[in-house]
Amino acid sequence: MLARQSQLVAPDRELERFRFRVSLAGFAVFAAFVVLATRLFHLQVVQHDYYSTRAEDNRISLVPIVPNRGVIVDRHGTVLARNYSAFTLEITPSRVDDLDATIEGLGKLIEILPKDRKRFRRLLEESKTFESLPIRSRLSEEEVARFAANRYLFPGVEVKARLFRHYPEGSVGAHAIGYISRINKRDLEIIEDNEQTNNYKGTDHIGKSGVEQKYEFQLHGETGYEQVEIDAGGRAVRSLSRSAPVQGNNLTLTLDIKLQEMAEKAFGDRRGALVAIEPATGGILALVSVPTFDPNLFIDGIRSDDWDQLNNSPDKPLLNRALNGAYPPGSTFKPFMALAALETGKRTPGQAIADPGVFNFGGHQFRDDKKGGHGMVDMHKSIVVSCDTYYYVLANDMGIDAIARFMGQLGFGQRTGVDIEGESPGVLPSPEWKKRRFRRPEQQKWFAGETISIGIGQGYNSYTPIQLAQATATIANNGIMYRPHLVKYITDSRTGEKTMIEPEPLRVLPWKRQNVEVIKRALVGVNISGTSARAFAGAGYTSAGKTGTAQVFSLKGAEYKESRVKKELRDHALFIAYAPAEQPKIAVAVLVENGGFGAQSAAPIARMVFDYYLLGKLPKGAAKEDDVEGD
Amino acid sequence: MSQVLQRTWARFVARVDGPLLLLTLALMATGLATVHSATADSSSRLLAQALNMSIGLTAMWMVAQLPPQKLMRFGVPLYLAGVVLLILVFFFGIRVNGARRWLSLGFTRIQPAEVLKIAVPLMLAWYFHKHEAALKARHYAVACLLLLLPFALIAKQPDLGTAILVGAAGFYVIFFAGLPWKVIIGLLVAGAAAAPFAWTMLHDYQRKRILTLIDPSSDPLGAGYHIIQSTIAIGSGGSFGKGWLEGTQTHLEFIPERHTDFIFAVYAEERGLLGNAVLLLLYLLLIGRGLMIAANASTLFARVLAGSITLSLFTYVFVNVGMVSGILPVVGVPLPYMSYGGTALVTLSVGIGILMSIQTHRMLVRP
Repeated sequence: MLARQSQLVAPDRELERFRFRVSLAGFAVFAAFVVLATRLFHLQVVQHDYYSTRAEDNRISLVPIVPNRGVIVDRHGTVLARNYSAFTLEITPSRVDDLDATIEGLGKLIEILPKDRKRFRRLLEESKTFESLPIRSRLSEEEVARFAANRYLFPGVEVKARLFRHYPEGSVGAHAIGYISRINKRDLEIIEDNEQTNNYKGTDHIGKSGVEQKYEFQLHGETGYEQVEIDAGGRAVRSLSRSAPVQGNNLTLTLDIKLQEMAEKAFGDRRGALVAIEPATGGILALVSVPTFDPNLFIDGIRSDDWDQLNNSPDKPLLNRALNGAYPPGSTFKPFMALAALETGKRTPGQAIADPGVFNFGGHQFRDDKKGGHGMVDMHKSIVVSCDTYYYVLANDMGIDAIARFMGQLGFGQRTGVDIEGESPGVLPSPEWKKRRFRRPEQQKWFAGETISIGIGQGYNSYTPIQLAQATATIANNGIMYRPHLVKYITDSRTGEKTMIEPEPLRVLPWKRQNVEVIKRALVGVNISGTSARAFAGAGYTSAGKTGTAQVFSLKGAEYKESRVKKELRDHALFIAYAPAEQPKIAVAVLVENGGFGAQSAAPIARMVFDYYLLGKLPKGAAKEDDVEGD
Repeated sequence: MSQVLQRTWARFVARVDGPLLLLTLALMATGLATVHSATADSSSRLLAQALNMSIGLTAMWMVAQLPPQKLMRFGVPLYLAGVVLLILVFFFGIRVNGARRWLSLGFTRIQPAEVLKIAVPLMLAWYFHKHEAALKARHYAVACLLLLLPFALIAKQPDLGTAILVGAAGFYVIFFAGLPWKVIIGLLVAGAAAAPFAWTMLHDYQRKRILTLIDPSSDPLGAGYHIIQSTIAIGSGGSFGKGWLEGTQTHLEFIPERHTDFIFAVYAEERGLLGNAVLLLLYLLLIGRGLMIAANASTLFARVLAGSITLSLFTYVFVNVGMVSGILPVVGVPLPYMSYGGTALVTLSVGIGILMSIQTHRMLVRP
């Protein structure tokens, strides 16, 4: 009771205490609101600019507008690579929940073949995260309409009008023109290294080989941008502004596509390479590597069966033999040897040797082609009849160092610097080269006997057809050596201004004019009365040439009989030539793999090329093999 | 005739507190305008919210008619019913997005935790009122237990937002009932000491929310996305805002939950700092009025209840604005009268109705 009494007095104190706590709460509330207000002031005033920018970044998206790729034409304006617009069905995987079901559903509307699916899967693995990937290209109008009617069923699937690359000439000149294909990780690095990353936003394709690759950044053009407002789902709400793309620059090649086509046909179903150069400029008129391939297959990701076929074929159609194949030059090496002899003073034109048909050195017999030999042989005759013994002796007299020095100046064993990728340097043999090439000391030693086969273009000699063509053109051009090139000029898409790819003299070789004339006269003799006389019989122009046969297989001592050797082991046939002899307009190097004698299979091809280029005569079908022996 | 009308009107408004009503209406108007902007694509939400508001106002008016002594009688039954329902939820609740918060009644679903926001302060206020004469330590202890039971059940669902609101409402009652300072300080110290332990008790997603608060950019497309986008919205609003219906963050749908928990971001983007100042002032006045009513209330029950309801209102505002502006972790707490949603609106309105009742009945109850 007492306790209750004392409690009863308390209310006033209780109320006071309560009110104190209420004021305290009021103060706390006020303090908390000050905290909130401070935070809001910080966000909305202090950091306003930062957040404004972020809001703009959120809402504004730059959509790249891919420029039209430059067109490639040949020297006469024939289109080699162009663009056309077509509809593709594309899926953005990040916006699709069930990819398989979507593709299944699409398959009911539009024909989607297993190979399309396969290709899509592969693209999916390689793709950047947010891009849309084609599942079907080249839709018909009807297919587009059918999809449009059912579009709502397929979120994340769109029909897009895209530009496609097309190579109207198909496989003709494919190794020179090259092709474009989808950008992969390695290409991205290249793009980054060239500081082109921004310019390639939205670009899916890039040049992978040939001129398409080498001149990629000329052909690509400048990407335009459209500023669009997007919502949180990434959907474009409206367009804000637009800067137009700039079309890529057009390329005009030095190539003559008719000549190219004719030359490719001349090979028939044989494997080989041909390089035709305009000696006065270094411009490449034809760059043949057969068999060739259809670059159109690569554009949207090659189908695996096509790829297997190309990649596994024993004929290696993807190999650019003209640049990347290295072959012993055989007897086509002899005129260069002869010039070396004159320039180094080791021989005079009239100096003759008696050829017994064999040259003995260090207990080894080096045999001539002709049993019993050619009799007395001077320099002119040595080239015309292609006498081996003359060059065995010459090589031995000159020594390997002098040979390597002279041939190196002619560009042998070095990349020519032609304006497409994938060139092989070949092998210019020398003691230094051998030291670099081999590891074991006993292999590194240079033997004098090895010099002797070098003299007739055999042994370690190994050059690319383009090196051979360049050296031939240099002789034709009296020692002025040009860098071979495929692009004649670049046309700026905006101004129409043409940038010529200037003929670029790599070097001017200080040859004595009379020495060059000796060689040239002999080369003319070859086509008149020598090994290739038959191939050039009745030509309406003067020409100079030299046949060659490169051993694939050494038949130690035994006589080479074509019929006895399997086709893959048959010798390679070679031929170098230029015409007209007085004022050369075209120089060629021809190689027919396993073609046997040069005179037999390579020279007729050169004749057809000259006939067409100089006289406009079109042959019928492939070159016939002349029934001639000897190189 | 006009006299009859006048008298009816007088009776109609007799239990209504003018300042509370005006502030509530002002907030409702602002809320409606903002909901409209946040849901510009569909007008059905706007109509539904207007309906919710009229239900809220009706509930407010009805509760205001009841004198505090009658309100007191609701304390125990509401509390018991709420706890029983929570237990039912615990066993039979419907799982939505991994949380068990709803109870199916066949024709509709209810969220019993919402009831506890009112039931807990009612119950505790009743309890303290009953033992007013001789409050001892054990009474505080019992009150704490009465609070902990529903709190734990709600936190377990899990629904951290509601648990915080219920817990806060209960704690405010205990605080205003005179919980000794040494206990409060002791609790604070113990709380700080238990924080690492509590951390291990949290659900993964809750922990993630706290971590994202410290560094939202650590997970810009996941948990941090909400905070990043709402701070961008607020910051880009600047001093005067982008204008009603002009918020790009809002209308391009960058703000998640923009008509419910994150509606403050919509408002702040379009109305700027100036608008925010007005809104905060409205809340401050509402809370101030509530504290005034508490201070003037005539019984302990009325006092602690009014104090608790008012501070609960503050808790809503502080937690929500703090979360949307990125200084508190993301928990599901709506912004009073702004966020879309009927349940919270009715609960809040009942609270305001209780405040009105306490204010307008204070002269009738003498101690």
